[in-house]
Order: sequence, then structure tokens, then C-alpha cells
Amino acid sequence: MKPETLLYPTPKGLFCEKGGFYIDPVQPVERALITHGHADHARAGHTHVMATRETLDIMRSRYGDAFCVSTQEAILGTRTTIGDVTASFHPAGHVLGSAQIAVEANSTRIVVSGDYKRRRDPTCLSFEPVRCDVFITEATFGLPVFHHPDDRGEIAKLLTSLKQFPERAHLVGAYSLGKAQRIIALMREAGYDAPIFIHGAMARLCDYYESEGIALGDLRPATIDAKDKQSFAGAVVVGPPSAFADKWARRFPDPMPIFASGWMLVRQRAKQRGVELPMIISDHCDWPELTATINEIKPAEVWVTHGREEALVRWCELQGIAARPLHLVGYDDEGE
Amino acid sequence: MRPFADLLDRLVLTPQRNAKIKLMTDYFRAAPDPDRGYALAAIAGTLTLKTVKPNVLRQLVLERMDEVLFRYSYDYVGDLAETISLVWEPAATGKPASADLSLGAVMHQLETAGRANVHGLVRDLLDQLEGSSRFAFLKLITGGLRIGVSARLVKQALADMGNVDVTEIETLWHGLSPPYVSLFQWLDGKAGKPKLDMPAVFHAVMLATPVGDNDLASLDPKDFAAEWKWDGIRVQLANLAGTRRLYSRSGDDISGAFPDILEAADFEGIVDGELLVGGTMRTNRATRTFSDLQQRLNRKTVTRKMLEEYPAFIRGYDLLFSGERDMRPESFLTRRAALSALIEKAVPSHFDLSPLVPFSSWEELDRLRKEPPDPVIEGIMLKRLDSPYTSGRSKGPWFKWKREPYNVDAVLMYAQRGHGKRSSYYSDFTFGVWTEIDGKDVLVPVGKAYFGFTDAELEVLDRYVRNNTIERFGPVRSIRAEAGHGFVVEVAFEGINFSSRHKSGVAMRFPRISRLRTDKLPSDADRLETLLAMIGTAEGNLAPPAEPI
Repeated sequence: MKPETLLYPTPKGLFCEKGGFYIDPVQPVERALITHGHADHARAGHTHVMATRETLDIMRSRYGDAFCVSTQEAILGTRTTIGDVTASFHPAGHVLGSAQIAVEANSTRIVVSGDYKRRRDPTCLSFEPVRCDVFITEATFGLPVFHHPDDRGEIAKLLTSLKQFPERAHLVGAYSLGKAQRIIALMREAGYDAPIFIHGAMARLCDYYESEGIALGDLRPATIDAKDKQSFAGAVVVGPPSAFADKWARRFPDPMPIFASGWMLVRQRAKQRGVELPMIISDHCDWPELTATINEIKPAEVWVTHGREEALVRWCELQGIAARPLHLVGYDDEGE
Repeated sequence: MRPFADLLDRLVLTPQRNAKIKLMTDYFRAAPDPDRGYALAAIAGTLTLKTVKPNVLRQLVLERMDEVLFRYSYDYVGDLAETISLVWEPAATGKPASADLSLGAVMHQLETAGRANVHGLVRDLLDQLEGSSRFAFLKLITGGLRIGVSARLVKQALADMGNVDVTEIETLWHGLSPPYVSLFQWLDGKAGKPKLDMPAVFHAVMLATPVGDNDLASLDPKDFAAEWKWDGIRVQLANLAGTRRLYSRSGDDISGAFPDILEAADFEGIVDGELLVGGTMRTNRATRTFSDLQQRLNRKTVTRKMLEEYPAFIRGYDLLFSGERDMRPESFLTRRAALSALIEKAVPSHFDLSPLVPFSSWEELDRLRKEPPDPVIEGIMLKRLDSPYTSGRSKGPWFKWKREPYNVDAVLMYAQRGHGKRSSYYSDFTFGVWTEIDGKDVLVPVGKAYFGFTDAELEVLDRYVRNNTIERFGPVRSIRAEAGHGFVVEVAFEGINFSSRHKSGVAMRFPRISRLRTDKLPSDADRLETLLAMIGTAEGNLAPPAEPI
């Protein structure tokens, strides 16, 4: 069958008519398949939700038990029949529990990548390429400028700064789900074993990662008595990026604003945000990974969604691969 | 190249002065020669490299890349060098970038390359360097690092590194050249202080301390000479062994912008004075304002028209060398007599002598200070008659006693978050005063200030901003400011001028928030007419420009 009839964009999100479900819908729907737990993909209020066990756990932890009426756990690599189609979930390497979703009917298969990356991440399973007729790829960093450096080098920048400025509190802005835990895990791998202080907003998710067997070391709440402000000198504090512009940040001595994001590659963006130490660490593919993934999967067609759609479509055209932008709305840039 | 690239990346994003110094001293301590010397030259702006035109770089990148994809990338990033550094994909057949190419090696290749080979060399180097280093390299060869570090700041970093006084670095500076190996050897403690054989080098200037509350009570007016403190820029003019140079007070060579002065300097020696524009006292024409002087500053070259419209001259304060004779150990009086004789014979249109101000008591001098006879005077200088010329700022021999600042009451209109320590505070304020537009009183912004208040006052200001925001534009908040509701502050400033760049038509010098006037309502704040009248008193009878320029 024609892929355009198997899955197509609607204002509520990507819709599979034959299966009667939406993938990552942005409005409440009857039946939703969710790729991963980030708030712009996993929203509360659907009737029936199918996702990996970890993603369901994360949604429950964020929205409470009543985030939907019924749930169905997706087992990675296992096909499930939904209406007239089959669906299967495959690791996406984005955050804990993240999955691509393959939808198949009449021997036409479309893979919805959700958000994904190709690098090793100690906190989640690696991306698995799945053969398909249409690959729907994200394009958050879909411009040739994005070449994310080795994350070990970025962690080293932070460790160097801690030695250079031992009197300053190092405030690392990182998205609460995935990025924060990855930064902490990478610091532990680099040998940093001092306590790491975390903002209250990420305590529950860090606990959840720990309960899933991802060791994050000695984590402590970044709370404080007015009198011992200096105890944060030279300490690493991880919190959501928005907290650092907030009064919350005043409890720390001479805070150094740090932001862990793929956007930090562009100097002007770091400067505009007042970031002193950018850490270029992303949970999305950079440009070489996006193009290498398309070359590896060799789909007949590529559909491009959220991000810099036009550049990736142009690249596909130059390679002789049929491509088009999907123009889905409602998904955020990473951590912005 | 990598450590230098990392340093640049950090400096660009580090707002605090001390943190910048720390980053630089750490780099200078760790980096080998000649890399650190070239890095120093790049930061201080003393590197002489043939620059590569942006068009050449564009051609190079388009050899490898689709033009449409490049355009998307450039549109997103906005800076050509940065775009190219990010999109560059090393040639598949290229040499593997095994070891990090050193800054010294890159400089050597650039210096020895012939004009014709530059294209290929730049391509090769881009292939061999990784991301951040490519950016640093492109910034070097396009000229202009723009990293927010002044020559003065990097000299301070050198001073900290070697634990010496910054004036020692300033004195040596113009006698040395990249890659500054002898300088670093000395700062490392591995060799003695470099000996200079070049004449006309800069000598660190003598600075004054402000008059404090009780300073004058214990001093005898008879021991001091008083001079006007002229509102230009402090300079040092050197003419020795056929070499003429004009330096700013921090030792930057500004000769290129002032050929008129260098040409007129037909005496041998080193003079300390104030650089001003207008006529000298010896030609009986008026000294012009600082804003006129600004027309001549920060230029590499100067047009004939500029020379005619803004003639520059030096008002002599002191004499460091008379011919080759070092006058610095002599007393102020002796030096002054020699300076007076020298200026007597110098070209009248370009040199005059800063007159002494006769006085018999501190009270009398205070009165003179408050009502100076010339609008281009910003206060009084006090110099001990028996003091030798010593570099730097030590308390006792010289004092400065500034005139009172101007004050207005203004209303806060916009606020922006600060940097570094203040990144969670709204600490940068735009303030306005009242004016009538179309028959209605409205606030018009007249300036910005981000200091002057105490930490406790900042808490008050920040709280007001957060509780009275009416609109947000990116990082800027628009604050409630109406006749009956708003925040009034007293703004102090050193001078005021007409300005075509500001909507209100005026620009203040060094504005700061000197007091929070929580006792006043916005309707009590000053009007634009008051500020315009201040320009009248500050600058004589200048008319505003008829049309915005």
C-alpha cells in the first residue's frame, strides 16, 4: 500500500488510520503510541497508551497514576497487531526507554524514529537500525554545522574548570530526563566521585534511573542553609536550564553558568544565554550521524520532521533519495 | 593549536575580568614557546599576518560543499569563520589528523608561504585541524579575534604570571615583538629582564589617587602645585633617535591616528600630556570637548578632512626624558621648568603647557574645582613639588580631585539580567525622563546603567523588576513606569552630549545609579529639557545636529 495512507500528519500528530492510533500525539487521543518520555512527545490525557515499560514508568512519575485510562507495555522487538496493522518498538538511543516505532501493513513498513542518537550512552540502549520503506527521521540538528564532539572531551572541560575555579559553584543546566543522568554518569566514568548536587525537579527521575540499575553515585539535594553558602564552592550542581536564571541560583557562591546541549556548538547561542562554559552534549544525532543513518538504513523514502527539515531534505535530494518534510507541529527544540 | 582554541572559546564567554586573567595566566604557564608568544600577539593585536579575504574562504568551502546547504548553515550561524569551521569536512584522502598541530607550527607555515600558495595552505590546515582549532585558525587569518580582551588586560595576566608589576610589562612592551620568547623566559624566572635596544619605547605613566575625605587635612598646600585636570586622553609622546611614537596611557601605540602631532614633534625627548582637539592656549582658540576628540580616536588612519576639522594637540603635563637625559628622578619643579622651556620652542598650534592654578588654601582650591573656568576641565590635579616621576599609582605624590558629577532623577523603564555573579539578577537598567510628544508627557529613554548601587539595593531593584514586568523581549523586561507608579533613581554622570544614536538625542558619560529614590513618584522625575540645559553648561554653546546623522 502507499505509505502516505499508512501514516500521515494531522493537527493532533502522526496518525495511522488502519490501526486507529496516533504516534506521539500533541493533543489527547483515544489510542497513543509513545516513543519516549520527554514532555513534548509524552503528554497526559490519552485514553490508551502503549509504550516501553520505562516510558510508561516515566510518564507515571511525571503525571501521576491517572495520566491515562489504560496502558500496554511494548516489548522491544516484538510485533503487536493493532487494528489492521502491526507495530513494533526498537531502541532509539535517545533516553532511557526511548524507542523507534515500526508500523507495517501489506508489506509496507514505516519506521518512526522519534528522537534518536547513535553515540554510546551509559544510561540507555543503543539505536538499532530497522529496515524499512519509509524512515521518518527527526532533524533537530539537521544542518551541516552540527558536529558534536566526543562527550569525554566536554566532560573534561568541566573537570578542568573545577580545578581552575575552585571557589565557584559550577551550575550545569541539563534537561531533567536523560541529559542530567547522562552527564552525571559520564562524570562518574571520568573518575569524578565527589557528591553531585541536584535540583529538586530532577530527584525523582534520578531515583528512577538508579532503580533501573544505572549508577549515578552520591547525589544530594542542592538545598542550603543561608549560612553555609560557601559549602557549594567548587561543587557541581545539576538543574534544569531554566532554574539558573531564577532566584534559585542565588544560593550558590559566584555561580558559573554551564549548559549541556547540542545548541552550545554555536558560540553566539551560548553567549546570548549568558553561558560561560558550554558543554556540547546532545541526545540527538548530529549531521554526520543523521546522514550516516539514512545511508545505513537505505529507505526508499525519507520523511523529515521537527528541526531543520529543509537542509536534510536537500541532502537527500542530492543523494537521489526521495524525501519530504512532514511539518509536524508541537515538538520543542532540545532543552530550549 | 587546541589549547589556544580552548582559551579563545573560554575568553569569549567569560565576562568577569579576574576570571579572564586567570584563564590567560593558566594558559601562559602551561603553553610552550613560541606558541604562547603567538597567542599573546593574537590577543594583544600585535600579530602581523597577511590576512585572507572572506571570499577566498567561501570558495574553499564551496569546493567541498553544496551551495544551498552552505547558505542554510551560514544563515543559521551568522558568522562566516564560525560557519566554515563547523561545516568543514576533512578530505577523505587527507592526512589523518594524528597529533595536534601547534600554534607555532601553523604560524611558521603561514609566514613562510608565498602569496600564490596561501589558498592551498589554508585548505591543508583546515583539513589538519579539528573544530575549535579551525575556528581559532580562521579568526587569526581573517584578522580580528573579538574576544573582549584589551591589550591592557592581557598585560595584567602577564604581570600576574610573573608576579611583577604591570607597569614593568608596559614599559617593555613596545621594545619586544612576537613570539616574545625573552619576555616569557623572564616571567618564568629562567632569564633576566629583557634589555631593550629600541628607542622611543613607552614608559609606564605616573597616576594619581583620588582625594579622600581626610586626605587634605594633614597636607600643607605649600607643598603642592595644582593643575586643571583636562578632559581628553592621557598620552605619552616619544621622539628619540629619529623614532616618533604616540602612546595611550596604557601603552597602546596610537601614532597612526595622529600624524599631525607626530609631524609637529620636532623636539627630542618624552613628554607626558593630555591629548585634546581644538586650539591651544598659545593660539588663543578654545579647547574642544571630549566628544570632538572621540572623532579622532580608535582609527588606524585619518583623512585630511578629519585633520582639518578636528585638529589635535598636546597639553604638556610632564617631561620624562629631555633628549636622552632621564628626568624622572628630578623633582616636579625641575621637570616642569624643563618642560616649559621645551614647549616654548615647540609648534604653537600643537603644543601648549598645562597652566598651574595658584591657590593658598584647600578651601580656595575647592571653590575653583567646583567652578572651573573651562568646560573641558573635569577637576583638579595636585602634585607634590618635590616628587620624582614614578610609574604606577602610589598614594601621596599626586592626587586627583574631580568636579562634582551631574545628577538627574530618572525612571526605570527596562531591565536586563546581568552576567556572571549577577546572572540571576536584573541588574542592567535603561532609565528615562519626561518629555512632551504630541501634547502628552511620555518617558523617553536617556541612558543605561548597571552599577552604582549596593548589593542590598540590587535586591530591591530586582524585586521591583520581577513584580512589575509588563512585557518581555528576549532577555529584556519592560517595567511598569507611569506618572503615579514606577521606580525613580538618581543617576550620576560625568558629562552629557548630543547624540544622534539615541532616540532622546542625548548621551551621558559614565552614568550610574547613585541613589534609589523610593521617596519619589515618577511624576517627580526630571524632564528632558533639564538634560538639554546641562549640555549647554557642559559644552559651551554647541547646537544640536539639525538632522540625525
